[in-house]
Amino acid sequence: MTAAHVGAEARAGWAMTAPALTAIGLFFALPALASLVLSFTDFDIYALANLNNLRFIGLENYERLIGNPLFWQAMGNTMWFVVFGVPLVVAASLGAALLVNARTLKWRGVWRVALFAPFVTTLVATAVVWNYLLHTRYGLINYALGGLGIAPVDWLGNPSTALPAILLFVAWKSFGYNMIIFLAALQAVSRDLEDAARVDGAGAWMRFRHVTLPAIAPTVLLVAILTVAGMFQLFAEPYVMTQGGPARSTVTVLYFMFEEGFKWWNLGSGAAVAFILFLCILAVTLVQLKVAKKVGAI
Amino acid sequence: MIRRYALTAFTALVALLVLMPLVWMVSVSFMAPGEAAAFPPPLFPSSPTLENYRTLFGSYGVGRYLLNSVIVSSLATLLALLFTVPAGYAFAKLRFSGRDAVFQALVAALVIPGQIGMLPLFLELKAMGIVNSYAGALVPWLAGIFGIFLVRQFCLSIPTELLEAARIDGATEGQILRRIVLPALKPILITLALFVFLGSWNDFMWPLIVLADQNLYTLPVALAALAREHVQDNELMMAGSVVTVLPVLLLFLVLQRHYLSGLLAGSVKG
Amino acid sequence: MSLSRREWMTAAAGVPLMLSACGRGRGDGNAIDMWAMGAEAEKLPDLLAGLARTGQPAVRVQPLPWSAAHEKLLTSFAGNSLPDVGQIGNSWLSELAAIGAILPVPAAMTSLVDGQFEGVVDTNRIGNRLMGLPWYVDTRLQFYRKDLFADAGYNAPPERWDAWKAALHKVKRTKRDGYAVLIPINEYEHLTTMALSAGATLLNSEGTRGAFNSPAFREALSFYKSLYAEGLAPIAGAAQISNVWNEFARGYFAIYPSGPWTIGDMKTRLPADLQDSWATAPFPGPDGPGRSTPGGSSLVVFSRAKDPAAAWLLVGQLLAPATQARLQVLTGSLPPTRSVWASAKLLDDPITDAFARQLDRTTALPKVPEWERIVTEMQTVAELFVRGRTSIDEAVRDMDRRADRLLEKRRWMISRDRAA
Repeated sequence: MTAAHVGAEARAGWAMTAPALTAIGLFFALPALASLVLSFTDFDIYALANLNNLRFIGLENYERLIGNPLFWQAMGNTMWFVVFGVPLVVAASLGAALLVNARTLKWRGVWRVALFAPFVTTLVATAVVWNYLLHTRYGLINYALGGLGIAPVDWLGNPSTALPAILLFVAWKSFGYNMIIFLAALQAVSRDLEDAARVDGAGAWMRFRHVTLPAIAPTVLLVAILTVAGMFQLFAEPYVMTQGGPARSTVTVLYFMFEEGFKWWNLGSGAAVAFILFLCILAVTLVQLKVAKKVGAI
Repeated sequence: MIRRYALTAFTALVALLVLMPLVWMVSVSFMAPGEAAAFPPPLFPSSPTLENYRTLFGSYGVGRYLLNSVIVSSLATLLALLFTVPAGYAFAKLRFSGRDAVFQALVAALVIPGQIGMLPLFLELKAMGIVNSYAGALVPWLAGIFGIFLVRQFCLSIPTELLEAARIDGATEGQILRRIVLPALKPILITLALFVFLGSWNDFMWPLIVLADQNLYTLPVALAALAREHVQDNELMMAGSVVTVLPVLLLFLVLQRHYLSGLLAGSVKG
Repeated sequence: MSLSRREWMTAAAGVPLMLSACGRGRGDGNAIDMWAMGAEAEKLPDLLAGLARTGQPAVRVQPLPWSAAHEKLLTSFAGNSLPDVGQIGNSWLSELAAIGAILPVPAAMTSLVDGQFEGVVDTNRIGNRLMGLPWYVDTRLQFYRKDLFADAGYNAPPERWDAWKAALHKVKRTKRDGYAVLIPINEYEHLTTMALSAGATLLNSEGTRGAFNSPAFREALSFYKSLYAEGLAPIAGAAQISNVWNEFARGYFAIYPSGPWTIGDMKTRLPADLQDSWATAPFPGPDGPGRSTPGGSSLVVFSRAKDPAAAWLLVGQLLAPATQARLQVLTGSLPPTRSVWASAKLLDDPITDAFARQLDRTTALPKVPEWERIVTEMQTVAELFVRGRTSIDEAVRDMDRRADRLLEKRRWMISRDRAA
């Protein structure tokens, strides 16, 4: 290696990374930082028309949000998705992965693709489809429930059932992705260990509990973190299915940010919502990592 | 043996339930207007018709939105590859000062969701004068950290001796990238292209914000607007959903191996 | 790899297209772009086909869903991509005027509002300038069940609050179950109507502070609460009433306050045997007929219009009496000009005649851009008051506090402009 080579390599390294780093800086890092700055201003429709109408107002946006019941409702709805949705999605994905991973199953590749298919479909389009599936009178879901003797439910028209209905859709749409991640982890679980446990007479549940689960614990954590982050970013679902209704029962944090920013044009306040959202995702991620360290999963 | 069949049958039942919404979507899209709004809900069209598709492409100009989606997704894919492949390779194989620090920063940035900067990004593009244009819709796809990861991951397996030998033979760094690295990267390029194409095709929030002009709407934005106005036109909306979903679904089915393997390469190393 | 080659081809083919679209995604350079909503957007092509526009630029209509129209307008303003002409809900005019998104009506065209309903015209005057021209009008009034009122001994709902309430009690008693009136607790329009009927102004004359702590507003708020407290209205949001038409048909409530868009729904969704059993009547007030809010859509020309003169010409053509009458036939919307009401026989139909009488008794809402947010917060507090969580004193003070907070920026701008 000559010095010239080293210099050329370093120059090439910078040259090849420069376009991507510039784009990331310009369209990702800069806006993210600007969001923090913007959240200390009262940038609104007046400021949009004329920048002379812009003021720095310190933490006032945050104070107002904390005093705004609509914001807390959006936070509550999002928390609901986290508390009920994450376990549901993780359990469904793991169940699907165990099923497709079973050694005695025929055509495993086919089922893997079939169960993954909803994930690649266009969210807006499938949300429209589910709108009709959930229709009170003509929806297949109520029809199926009717077969079980359950009276029709006004899924998206009733504040107490709209969130569960959307969650059902979210779970259907997203479990395939996590299933694939679990599958990779399961395939790394030693078959020898499993067989040894089987010879020792351990039942399926015991094998899962004492062999499989410890081995895939880090993956469960990873999937949980990804799912939490996903739940914090629900937007298109309420936008298409309920427009945040009924009685604002399906307004998520991101939907609230969209309304603050692009309906009312309070960009300052919207940026504050964005920043709070970021802190939430960060906090949840750190807590999960801490807990995982404690139990020795990673 | 019996257990084996039982398990397969059960799996088939689960898969059927999961695919039911998509099958029903296709079925209803061939029904005559108003046919699906009945009790009990019909599963199959009594006499299949292409009426809804004709209405969509004829009266509602869905062809235009389809073209927009194809253009935006193709350009996003092309640009994402142009930007991320050299960077991913450089982070994996080229020694330059500050490389590891920059890469650590990118890892940390993965925690930040893209929506955080959406409001300032809109103002930034407004200042650049590219709000309400294809360019505005493409911008987020240039900054794909995930793509850099994927390419870097794959490049790490390229033997350094190979590159050194080429250098000794007098090849420039650019030639090495073109002649040695790119051919080796083929499988991951298809995977990455597929990711970006599907991601940009399905993207909704950003195009919704940045595209005001109906002539520029991508399919999801157009479909969301149509769905609000035509709540009663069940069959028409299903046809619209089919037009939106079918291209990406077919693309995925044809290239599913590339997609799933890439997903694993990118995620499990967490 | 064949597929990726095809992708490259597609992408390469897209490059010139992209470059051309970086300017504006518009084809025909001098065509007039017009945005419209709902039924009007749907029927506009028909309407335009009937206009004598030879030698005039073509008109391209972009339909917007009502639910997304407001945000779309503001986003487009921010992105400098507003069209030439637009249909605007008249409550958005002050906001669009404040940011300079729309042009004032040229002096030569202001005579178009002669012979229109003054209350609606007034909503189009921002700071003494006409900023838009009413295209169709609407207002809310009562849809009621004639048969249920007849059973209780009334020809129509009385016009004074006390008598009206007494009638509701009788109506409720003559039925086996249910209530008398549906006023969803999450909709601010109902309390607003009562406040206007009582003569409340809601904000001070400058529109810089809340005026909820006034005798008139307190009277309206107490009356509003009493309807729930005396069991005449269910304490429920619109979403909890599963199907308004079913409930109205089975007499779960006998009065449904709504606007002209409900006429068509009544005709299509109520069973045939009830078609002669419903009617409309203006709202009651504390000491006689009440007032309502002047609603409807206006036509505006945006500041960045390519050719304002051509745009205003189009607006003028759309507002010609014959065209107004055709729009009424096509969509059922109510025309802004009185003479058209007469020629379209709208005054002969008691259902629409009641709207004309209500339109003569309207009061414009405060014309501040923040109004929608203020009134949303007003309703939040009103709901707490109805549910017994606050006293009336706390409620009106809380409304004022919230309104003042929302208007703080407006006060700052006004004081700064005075100082300048």
